Amino acid sequence: MPEMTVIEAIRSTLAEEMARDDRIFIMGEDVEAGGVFRVTDGLSKQFPGRIIDSPLAESSIIGLSIGAAHYGMRPIAEIQFADFIHAGFDQLCSEASRWSYRTRGDSYLPMVVRTPWGGGVHGGQHHSQSIEAYYGHIPGIKVVVPSFPADYRSLLRAAIADPNPVLFLEHKRTYRLVRQEVEGAAAEQVIGKSRITRRGDDVTVIAWGLMLHETLAAAKTLAGEGIECTVVDLLSVQPLDRETILEAARMTGKVLVVHEDTLTGGFGAEIAALIGEHAFEHLDGPVRRLAGPDIPSMPYHHAMEDFFMPDAKKIAAAIRDLAAY
Amino acid sequence: MSSVSAESPAGLIPEYHLTRERLEAMYATMVLARKLEERMLTLQRQGQAPFIIAGVGQEAAQVGAGMALQVGTDYIAPYYRDLAMNLVFGMTAREAMLNCLAKIDDPNSFGRQMPAHWGHRARHVVTQSSVVATQLLHAAGIALGAKLRNDPIVVLTSCGEGSTSRGDFHEAMNFAAIHKLPVIFFIENNGYAITEKTEKAMATEHVADRAAGYGLRGQVVDGMDVVAVYHTVKAVADQARRGHGPYLIEAKCYRLWPHSSDDDDTRYRPKAELEEWTRKDPITVFRDRLIEDGVFSEEELDAIDSKATEDVRDATQWALAQPDPKPEDALGFVFKEAGDA
Ligand SMILES: Cc1ncc(C[n+]2csc(CCOP(=O)(O)OP(=O)(O)O)c2C)c(N)n1
Ligand SMILES: [Mg+2]
Repeated sequence: MPEMTVIEAIRSTLAEEMARDDRIFIMGEDVEAGGVFRVTDGLSKQFPGRIIDSPLAESSIIGLSIGAAHYGMRPIAEIQFADFIHAGFDQLCSEASRWSYRTRGDSYLPMVVRTPWGGGVHGGQHHSQSIEAYYGHIPGIKVVVPSFPADYRSLLRAAIADPNPVLFLEHKRTYRLVRQEVEGAAAEQVIGKSRITRRGDDVTVIAWGLMLHETLAAAKTLAGEGIECTVVDLLSVQPLDRETILEAARMTGKVLVVHEDTLTGGFGAEIAALIGEHAFEHLDGPVRRLAGPDIPSMPYHHAMEDFFMPDAKKIAAAIRDLAAY
Repeated sequence: MSSVSAESPAGLIPEYHLTRERLEAMYATMVLARKLEERMLTLQRQGQAPFIIAGVGQEAAQVGAGMALQVGTDYIAPYYRDLAMNLVFGMTAREAMLNCLAKIDDPNSFGRQMPAHWGHRARHVVTQSSVVATQLLHAAGIALGAKLRNDPIVVLTSCGEGSTSRGDFHEAMNFAAIHKLPVIFFIENNGYAITEKTEKAMATEHVADRAAGYGLRGQVVDGMDVVAVYHTVKAVADQARRGHGPYLIEAKCYRLWPHSSDDDDTRYRPKAELEEWTRKDPITVFRDRLIEDGVFSEEELDAIDSKATEDVRDATQWALAQPDPKPEDALGFVFKEAGDA
């Protein structure tokens, strides 16, 4: 079976979907030449005229995609770094997310906005951000956060097929780091489901993106110490899979949420609140969060960047602590 | 002025280059819009509607622009003052009143948005929010889609002159010019952005002057003259349909009413200025001209006025009796279901 990186998973899915549906086009900065991460490499040759270099203007990339989607096209917008999507926040928050609601479904927007997010790449404050909490707060936009190549494929396929705006978050540190054996066409998968990827009796850990991989590494280490973890790969922030999260919480009674985003108001707060509200009687300890510190942004120097990012070691320590509670 | 003695073979009245039927439709639509908004203001004052925002003074610009397009084929991404343009695109007086009263059957937003936030997918009216100028990008996006599909359509999007300070205006013009998209940016310059006069918002004299900076053509037109607006937009739309790219038209008009039913314009607007512009009221001016040129008799235009009054009365009475949204109608349609698309 062929092994695929995250980048290859995304590129192959884009190509497959574009071949299948000529309404799809890709628009973003530098995408014709492949984009800065080379995700769209080769696609402009394969699909002439359908990979469109945009001016350097994020609000326009999203606003134009809204118009094109309304017209019946299937735009896939690429925002070069998640850190720069905020110039398009207005178009996503005030327009795209409300298109169906404010017309009672008369109008709707089958569009995808792809963007690389996350730290650990020496990107400093504006090439490292986590944005899921901002956009996960907005009803009307789906926010997807895959971790493994096969899920990148199936969820990207689902995002393109979805009649709603989908923010498709790609963890840039995992682009070439994470590989997986992938076979055949992208699987059918619905947006809004989380997955329990590992089952154990002692502690439940919920994570997404790079942190999911760090969590799995920590869980492996801890198994050698006799601590067994249940690990939830969140996959989707909006809609949130409440059932799977609560099921996993009830399995162990102890929950740790891990994210790179800063602690206060991070998406872990929503998950912790959900568990506190609906699984209280199953808990044997506090719902804990391991997150970035409450400083404005990820610092550049590697010593400070490492300090900012949770990793397998820090996660293992937090799990040990919770297991002993 | 001489009266119209003969019509050209095609039925075009020479001074207007329009048929009598088209001129009648222009006049009737402007009058209907005006009477609807007068009635909406009364409803608001009576406490029947919480809020209204109107296009009084801008009817010539809106009707001229709307009628220059191919209704059913072309798209509009209008703004909140464009009731008259929406009437051209198929909105009925009854629907306008449903919108004003936020009734559950208002086809624009079913009571979910403030009044005058237009939208009707089947009629090619793009749903619009309160955030000004965002729709200019939606219009350019529709035009991009049409270009990719080789559909010979034109998209007209409108906003006030104050809204042209926003980045989306610049980003939309820039992109439309680069890709030669069939978009008309139709700026209704009514002299004010709430209380701010134009000179507080831009250092150029005309919004149209800015077009050159983006590589598209721009033009000022007398927005109080429905016929002038019609011919200007028509010529540009025909060109855009043939692939000549985008165009900016600035219609100089005037906001004869306060910004909205919440605004007191006596705080900032000189009385003399309002009086001067009231004499240029686009409906009165058009009416006088039609009579003077002998296109219609006074009685004929009176009959159109009476019909509009009757339509507004009917629409109001009917709409007031229509059901309101139920509290739980607040829910639903957050996402479009996959099967619906
Ligand atoms: C982005 C944004 N900022 C502020 C407002 C509040 N607001 C509504 S209308 C308006 C003035 C708009 O003026 P102009 O574009 O000239 O249009 P006009 O109302 O004069 O027709 C303002 C400031 C808004 N709706 N959207
Ligand atoms: Mg104005």
